[in-house]
Amino acid sequence: MIDVLITGLLLGGTYALIAMGLNLQYGVARIMNLANGEMLVVGGFSAFWMYTGGQISPLLAIFLIAPLAFVLNWLIYRIMLVPLVKRAKTRGQLEVDSILATFGLSFVMVGLMTWAFGGNYFKYSFLARPIELVGYTYGLNRVVAFCCAVVICGLLYLWLNRSRMGVAFRAVAVNPDSARLVGIDVKHLSAIAFALGGAVTAVGGAVISTYLTLDASTGIVFTMKALIIVIMGGVGDVRGTIIAALLLGVAETFVASYIDPGLTLAAAYAMFILILLFRPQGLFGKKPT
Amino acid sequence: MSAQDWKHLTFGAVLLVLAALLPLTDNGYLMSIGVTIAMYVVLCTSWALFSGPTHYISLATAAFFGIGTYVTALGIDTLPYWTLLPIAAVVGAVVAGLVGLATLRLSGVYFVIFTLGLAEMVRQVVTWWQNQTGQHGSYVLTDIMEQHIYWQLLGLAALVYLAGWAIGRSRLGFALRIIGDDEQVAAHSGINTARAKVALFMVSGLVASVTGAILAPRYVYIEPSLAFAPMLSFQVVIMALLGGPGRLWGPLVGVIPFTLLWEVIASNFPNQTVLLLGVSFLVIVYVLPDGFVGLIEKLRKQRVDT
Repeated sequence: MIDVLITGLLLGGTYALIAMGLNLQYGVARIMNLANGEMLVVGGFSAFWMYTGGQISPLLAIFLIAPLAFVLNWLIYRIMLVPLVKRAKTRGQLEVDSILATFGLSFVMVGLMTWAFGGNYFKYSFLARPIELVGYTYGLNRVVAFCCAVVICGLLYLWLNRSRMGVAFRAVAVNPDSARLVGIDVKHLSAIAFALGGAVTAVGGAVISTYLTLDASTGIVFTMKALIIVIMGGVGDVRGTIIAALLLGVAETFVASYIDPGLTLAAAYAMFILILLFRPQGLFGKKPT
Repeated sequence: MSAQDWKHLTFGAVLLVLAALLPLTDNGYLMSIGVTIAMYVVLCTSWALFSGPTHYISLATAAFFGIGTYVTALGIDTLPYWTLLPIAAVVGAVVAGLVGLATLRLSGVYFVIFTLGLAEMVRQVVTWWQNQTGQHGSYVLTDIMEQHIYWQLLGLAALVYLAGWAIGRSRLGFALRIIGDDEQVAAHSGINTARAKVALFMVSGLVASVTGAILAPRYVYIEPSLAFAPMLSFQVVIMALLGGPGRLWGPLVGVIPFTLLWEVIASNFPNQTVLLLGVSFLVIVYVLPDGFVGLIEKLRKQRVDT
């Protein structure tokens, strides 16, 4: 019972990292990025490739993956999404266009990865040693991945709340039009937020690849989970995202251990429906007046 | 009805009769493409009935389609075939109603996300339930031939077009167009936006479910990963948008070229289908945002102007 709970929390920690990336992209840049999961797989694959090819530890690899993913996502935003932002007359129009464009992008990325690396699963053995916590044993890689996620989420939280740029980010998240009035460069910040979100997700992918098996087409599952977490936690709400991610991790692990491992998405959906019915504004969100 | 309406109706009827003659060619390959095209015409047109005016992208077609095939698969041994289609219709409409009630009261993003995973979620539940009961797939053995499926689909297509035409002229259709333009304005002018959206979503779920039920005999062996293949939802979205969901006949002009093109692609580049599907999405968003319908109307306008 307790071991299932802890396994769930460990999993939820990494989910928080992935969902945080999506939340930055949706909350600040207003792009519902359905290719988020593929960015995760790209991060995971890079970590795999560096570990098997160059014996670089994934914990070091993330320092290389993060800037690369930042640049890649910045380019995606500038080249693919800025034209849509310019063209959109309403927020709804941008939402539809960006959903379709990023959906297309996700297929292109899956297609390219399958083409380049084949449809095989990739897995490597990193820190696959047992470690004992409160009387039960867990894989050391899971615990390390959780610690990694905690550190990165913590840094992001501090940065968003304490730094000048973080405050500007939150202002854009609340209302882009008003943010412009107080002299915030919304266009520039949106691009940075999108890029940063992509980098966080790619790092999440590198971290998760240390203990989960990935393949070129698993991205969509993670997109789905990240979306559910962001909605549960509330758009732009770091604290809500973390709580929601932990809840999802625990719920999935309980369903997988006590009912059937094939029902994890159904568990996520059950939570999704409850949130939609009772708290559509997010766990800690205020009811719109 | 005006003279214009009669003209359109006659034109449609003539097309339908011509299409119904296809099995007379007695060509297996043509027949198989015909069934595929008829299937996508039904699915895309009913998809556009809801998503066209409201701009809510539904990715749930595969879920309803799969539910329909399962109605046939489970009922074929105990119930007469003709009762299965109405059952599939009811089940599809009820599921769509429940999904709509949970998501359509809120903004569009929730709906898209919910429908994105719906097919996969239903697939997981059906697989789990099959594992519990110890069966893995079911056989649908009937004497229904390819041309029977084709004629049924044509009949369904005719019904969908009539329904779309009737909805377009009704208060409901008018309400949906206002919702699509500005949901707040719609709510302020006294439209029950949630009810209008749920009602139309139920129509599109119902049609997809019946389509699945009709096509089940074609697959012979039904298993969850086949019935709930998520690719179907994406292809329906692409074809409907390629044609242009704003007009009733829009999806038709998207389905025919895309199905033929996809036949070529699937046989020549079987490993690149996902990549090319993604490229099609991007082409639609960046090159043809209003679909063929938008293109045709632009050309027409240019001709009038010059």
